[in-house]
Amino acid sequence: MQERVAQFEVDHVGFLDASGQVLEDLPEDIADLEVIKQGYRSMVLTRLFDARAINLQRTGQLGTFPSSLGQEAVTIGFSLAMQPNDRLVPSYREHGALLCRGVTLCELLLYWGGDERGSDYQQARKDFPLAVPIATQCLHAAGVATAIKLRSEPQAVVTVCGDGATSKGDFAEALNVAGVWQLPILFVVTNNQWAISVPRESQSHAQTLAQKAIAAGIDCLQVDGNDLLAVEYASRKALERARAGGGPFLIEAITYRMGDHTTADDARRYRDDDEVSSHWQGDPVARIRSYLVEQGGWTKDQEEALQADCQVELERAVADYLAVTPQPASAMFDYLYAELPQAYEGQRQQVIDRAAEGKTDE
Amino acid sequence: MSNSQPDNQPEVLRFGQALNRALGDAMRADDKVFLMGEDIALAGGPFGVTRKLLDEFGENRVRDYPIAEASMVNLAVGAALGGYKPVVEIMFMDFCTLAMDALVNQAAKAHFMFGEQGPVPLVLRTPHGGGLNAGPQHSQCLEAWFAHIPGLIVVCPSNAADAYGLLRAAINDPNPVVFVENKRLYSAKSDFPADPQPIEIGKARTARAGNDLTIVTYGNTVHLAEQVAKERAEQEIDIEIIDLRSLQPWDESAVLTSLSKTHRLIVLHEATEAFGIGAEIAARMADIGFDELDAPIIRLGAPFMPVPYSVALEAEFGPNADQLNAAIDRLLL
Ligand SMILES: Cc1ncc(C[n+]2csc(CCOP(=O)(O)OP(=O)(O)O)c2C)c(N)n1
Ligand SMILES: [Mg+2]
Repeated sequence: MQERVAQFEVDHVGFLDASGQVLEDLPEDIADLEVIKQGYRSMVLTRLFDARAINLQRTGQLGTFPSSLGQEAVTIGFSLAMQPNDRLVPSYREHGALLCRGVTLCELLLYWGGDERGSDYQQARKDFPLAVPIATQCLHAAGVATAIKLRSEPQAVVTVCGDGATSKGDFAEALNVAGVWQLPILFVVTNNQWAISVPRESQSHAQTLAQKAIAAGIDCLQVDGNDLLAVEYASRKALERARAGGGPFLIEAITYRMGDHTTADDARRYRDDDEVSSHWQGDPVARIRSYLVEQGGWTKDQEEALQADCQVELERAVADYLAVTPQPASAMFDYLYAELPQAYEGQRQQVIDRAAEGKTDE
Repeated sequence: MSNSQPDNQPEVLRFGQALNRALGDAMRADDKVFLMGEDIALAGGPFGVTRKLLDEFGENRVRDYPIAEASMVNLAVGAALGGYKPVVEIMFMDFCTLAMDALVNQAAKAHFMFGEQGPVPLVLRTPHGGGLNAGPQHSQCLEAWFAHIPGLIVVCPSNAADAYGLLRAAINDPNPVVFVENKRLYSAKSDFPADPQPIEIGKARTARAGNDLTIVTYGNTVHLAEQVAKERAEQEIDIEIIDLRSLQPWDESAVLTSLSKTHRLIVLHEATEAFGIGAEIAARMADIGFDELDAPIIRLGAPFMPVPYSVALEAEFGPNADQLNAAIDRLLL
């Protein structure tokens, strides 16, 4: 005898079409216009920041940098749904989210300029710094969620990874434990269709990446990641549930990486310009602006004021960043251990002496 | 890639091109050889080492692996046990940490545990080294970890000719080989023989002959040693440089022979000094070469410290010419 013992479905959610028109009646508790305006500002600022950071890198004033161009609605969308005391455990392309969490533009520039002081966030002290080793952060997030659960606090964790990252054991293992322990955690998979040069189809034969959650007994949803309303809404519902003890959730946000993987990459080696330009149709920034114009009476003057305001904020941060003096070389010993063991004092002294010699030589 | 050369002129090749040529030649010579890695197919590898190999050998033999280092190397162990010769690339040596079970518990043990039925002819290529402002998780030199594991072979060439010869030898070798490539060398040019051959693993090379002092090193610091030796030659200090090329096994007799000539020894590497390759060589020479020594053996490596991300800090993160000169002075002055 054969009988069906389990059955699964994956839904896709979107509220706006590519031009920003509302597709069907919005839920009553959709984000209100003030929240969306705030999100829109963050998206504009993130886009300006991405362009400026690339420009700084090209002129030798910043290290290798990964732009989030085209993905702003994902990173801002889930951030809008977070409470201040939730925890963010991001991957490297989430500077939009970090900005929403209170990390400053100058801190972001410092980090990508190779100065680790940029990770010492003055606000958002309980959020994690950027993770570059792929998918490792998913397990750290599960650990943070475990701590929250042990303390029985009404908080939740958001962790973010890419489509490529879903191939890693860390990702599967994080889902598994989050399911078993019913951890308060939202996994956001930013499916931007590419992992450096490797397209989404070459990462997994699964029809959706969302369904990877199902194997761990975790509920999931695929969301139009270029639709700020949809990302915010789905994230908010998942986080409310998690904070209330309802367990983990996974959102696969469908978007597109409009830029190179990083400034060290040239995507023309492996993908057509035509493919890229066709995706401008779904531009998340233009889309939510249209929504604001139609639903919120967003005016040309408001738009111009916002752009100018963001520019000023950005340039001020760039000036601050460029004015930061590098740390002395001996600073590398400051954070190796909570306190430098006596055995390594000699090494630090050598570096200090060398620096002093260099100065007297001049 | 090879532009036509006038006869009798040695060809000059970049380190990365030599590796590319070795892979191509090995794949042409043996259809059991295939490649796996992240971004190695259409993109040609993060440092261009696998460029154009997809065009010639197709996607069965040049495979982009989903991002999953642990599974890739364990799969390679299986493929090797299944009669193939996988050459896998781990994008940064730092991410070998993710494949440690595959390397240490599986690849290194299979032949020991299963005998003749268990050779693991796999090669793991991976770049190490800092100086590129890539931060503490993309700059490490972890070769000592692998040299510490019985069953693994570890090599680390310093120039295009050795890169070719050692990679061919590594692919031919029936054992698992960790093949370490210094990132700053990829674009470095050096002479390349007209008829390159595999180079025996375990044999060092005298990069420079001298009488006063021996520097034993490998990989990118061979060039630091050469630069300093050239400067010191002007002060009549005659330095011999041994380029180990292979770290496991390493050429003990070549080092001892050199020490017996110069009676002074510095072991230099980019990797962390504490508990490193240099510690092994120094301890061994202090034992079997004790009577030859006129001075203590000096080790020179990185401080006990992650590689800093900051440009300003990384610039001071040794080993550099100043430190090497100070070590030479300590032994000779
Ligand atoms: C463990 C590990 N392996 C490999 C890399 C190199 N690497 C950096 S980004 C990347 C692609 C990641 O793709 P995806 O998860 O889709 O994120 P995206 O870059 O698209 O945001 C790879 C392979 C790494 N950083 N960490
Ligand atoms: Mg991706």
